[in-house]
Amino acid sequence: MSSIKHKMPEQQPEIRRRNFDEVALGYDDTTAKAEASRCLQCKTAPCRQGCPVGINIPAFIKHIREGDFTAAIDEIKTKNNLPAICGRVCPQEDQCEKFCVVGKKGEPVGIGRLERFAADYARARGRKQKVILPPEPLGKVAVIGAGPAGLSAAGDLARMGYKVTVFEALHAPGGVLMYGIPEFRLPKEIVRQEIEELKELGVEIVVNAVIGKTFTIDELLTEEGFDAVFIGTGAGLPHFMDIPGENLNGVYSANEFLTRVNLMKAYKFPEAGTPVHAGKRVAVVGAGNVAMDAARTALRLGAENVYIVYRRSEEEMPARAEEIEHAKEEGVEFRLLTNPVRIIGDERGWVKGLECIRMELGEPDESGRRKPVPIANSNFVLDVDTVIMAIGQGPNPLIQQTTPGLAVNKRGNITTDETGRTSKEGVFAGGDIVTGAATVIQAMGAGKKAAAAIHEYVQNKRKGARNSQ
Amino acid sequence: MFTILKKQELAPSVKLFVVQAPLIARKCQPGQFVILRIDEDGERIPLTIADFDRAAGTITLIFQEVGHTTRQLGRLSAGDALLDLAGPLGKATHIEKFGTVVCVGGGIGVAPVYPIARAYKEAGNKVISIIGARNADLLILEQEMATISDVLYITTDDGSKGRKGLVIDPLKEMLAAGEKIDLVMAIGPVIMMKSVAEVTRPYGVHTIVSLNPIMVDGTGMCGGCRVSVGNKNKFACVDGPEFNAHEVDFDGLMARQKMYHSYERREHRCGGDCSCHR
Repeated sequence: MSSIKHKMPEQQPEIRRRNFDEVALGYDDTTAKAEASRCLQCKTAPCRQGCPVGINIPAFIKHIREGDFTAAIDEIKTKNNLPAICGRVCPQEDQCEKFCVVGKKGEPVGIGRLERFAADYARARGRKQKVILPPEPLGKVAVIGAGPAGLSAAGDLARMGYKVTVFEALHAPGGVLMYGIPEFRLPKEIVRQEIEELKELGVEIVVNAVIGKTFTIDELLTEEGFDAVFIGTGAGLPHFMDIPGENLNGVYSANEFLTRVNLMKAYKFPEAGTPVHAGKRVAVVGAGNVAMDAARTALRLGAENVYIVYRRSEEEMPARAEEIEHAKEEGVEFRLLTNPVRIIGDERGWVKGLECIRMELGEPDESGRRKPVPIANSNFVLDVDTVIMAIGQGPNPLIQQTTPGLAVNKRGNITTDETGRTSKEGVFAGGDIVTGAATVIQAMGAGKKAAAAIHEYVQNKRKGARNSQ
Repeated sequence: MFTILKKQELAPSVKLFVVQAPLIARKCQPGQFVILRIDEDGERIPLTIADFDRAAGTITLIFQEVGHTTRQLGRLSAGDALLDLAGPLGKATHIEKFGTVVCVGGGIGVAPVYPIARAYKEAGNKVISIIGARNADLLILEQEMATISDVLYITTDDGSKGRKGLVIDPLKEMLAAGEKIDLVMAIGPVIMMKSVAEVTRPYGVHTIVSLNPIMVDGTGMCGGCRVSVGNKNKFACVDGPEFNAHEVDFDGLMARQKMYHSYERREHRCGGDCSCHR
């Protein structure tokens, strides 16, 4: 048996760096079966402990090995509402694959690639899961935010037999899957199709509904007759560095830059109405997945030089190894141990440079990583005309501002117990609004957990109501 | 879809729509705005709610055709529909009885001032309004403002209506004459709001402006609408749109408003029949 994963074909770097088509192309049937044969089918299935949504990994891989691809996807979908998405954007190396026994002596089984294969196989054939729903809904649940957490909760609740309405503030459902993650990593058509499947389960999606404004949580629970509410509004408030020059023209939050390109299709301006200022020389500040997405997007919009500016070293970069590798292959230049101190503007108020200072690593800080310390008198100017801040996001404040009795922590994240229950009766929350910015699959796991807790809550409440009659 | 029930031309290139939007009409308050998108490839743009009718389930939008999207909007007719309309967004105006309130509206800014001035009046304030435009043809909502104001001043740049001069002129005179003013609310072009702030600053009169910077989502997500207020960055969509005029960095705001000007000029998708070619 091969000690390395079967490679997934990819567009060549020199070609893909100028187009928005998907980079990774997926396994064919033969490769998928061969990769599935690397799985030892361990009885204890340690891989499963790494999956936030609890997929029976050996079972679906066994189906692929046997060539029964539809059985594989049916198995996955009993746990995961968005498999084609997760197969693409999950950090499998830190989750299922991290615990894979095969991985102890070589590369782990390509679990993510196999999930993606099974999902794409079913999508290409228009195969949908059959679900038998109870004639009378078990209850009515409102889900706020149509991102990974909300869609995951909605899918699970709908399968259990609830009437679910998802309220989305933007004009399209998907959350970060639509506005944040670029087309070349997650084609929007896939997101649309997976959401379409949720709609076929009976999930209703109301767009342009800004909860906290169009409706409040209390109105949903009283006037609109929902038994419970799940809040999955995500990390929707971009951080800036608070350095001089951040309001110059040519400075974007990664959220804005990516939203303009992904959700608003600025890459096809002027056919699409939304412009984006891509720039010729672009600095992206930060080294997470969002930073890599922004940097690679800038390249595809025609930038000649794109820099990742990061105050720590390569080892501390939070992005997935694969994303960093892809960015490097495409020509993104890394300026590590470098921290911006000031954005320099021209006389018209546009960016003309980014003044940085060089850093060295000192003692470990509270995160356990070695703290970057500025090196005195090492300032230099990076010649750029665009700066994109990708240094994280805080919680969106709209719901917290308008929901009395909803406890939040000092950062403004909603506080919950481990099942997703908030301080307010009938209100549950999960995903980035609770944990701060994390991954798609962690948000989906939180949505799933909350769906189970919501089910328990609603059934207890209804039982209580029946008993008191 | 959000159907346009009525269209009216208030002035050349200034149009009024009454739009069916029951969920927004039910909740909106003076000072709030909506984000709209005309069609599938359209931009999201913010527009302040100029009026609302809760019973009829409608809101009124008034806009000037200044860019690609507002020109496209201007070509729609009653019976057409907007694809997306989200709101009400932003914080509502704080309304209470302050005493004497001066409401200043410049150009298209009269539209958002109107429901705010009316609410101040209903709360028992003495409302002195100053509305202005470049010329008489461009002056909007004169009748409406007259109805809800105790005193109404009109100014035009060329003197074709009311006093010749700027909206700040009557304000300067009132302040110089020692008239007691408890609050000034000013909405209009950024340069006008900046002038109002400079006029009231020496007198220490609390002054509020409503900002309309470039936005994408309007819910705090993109940060494109950030503006420096009291040397801190605020997001106009969730922290505003109203701010203390004496703390706003108007010069920074004006520079940011120009960010996409070259893009607006570059595109000519209108086929030559739009106002940009007149």
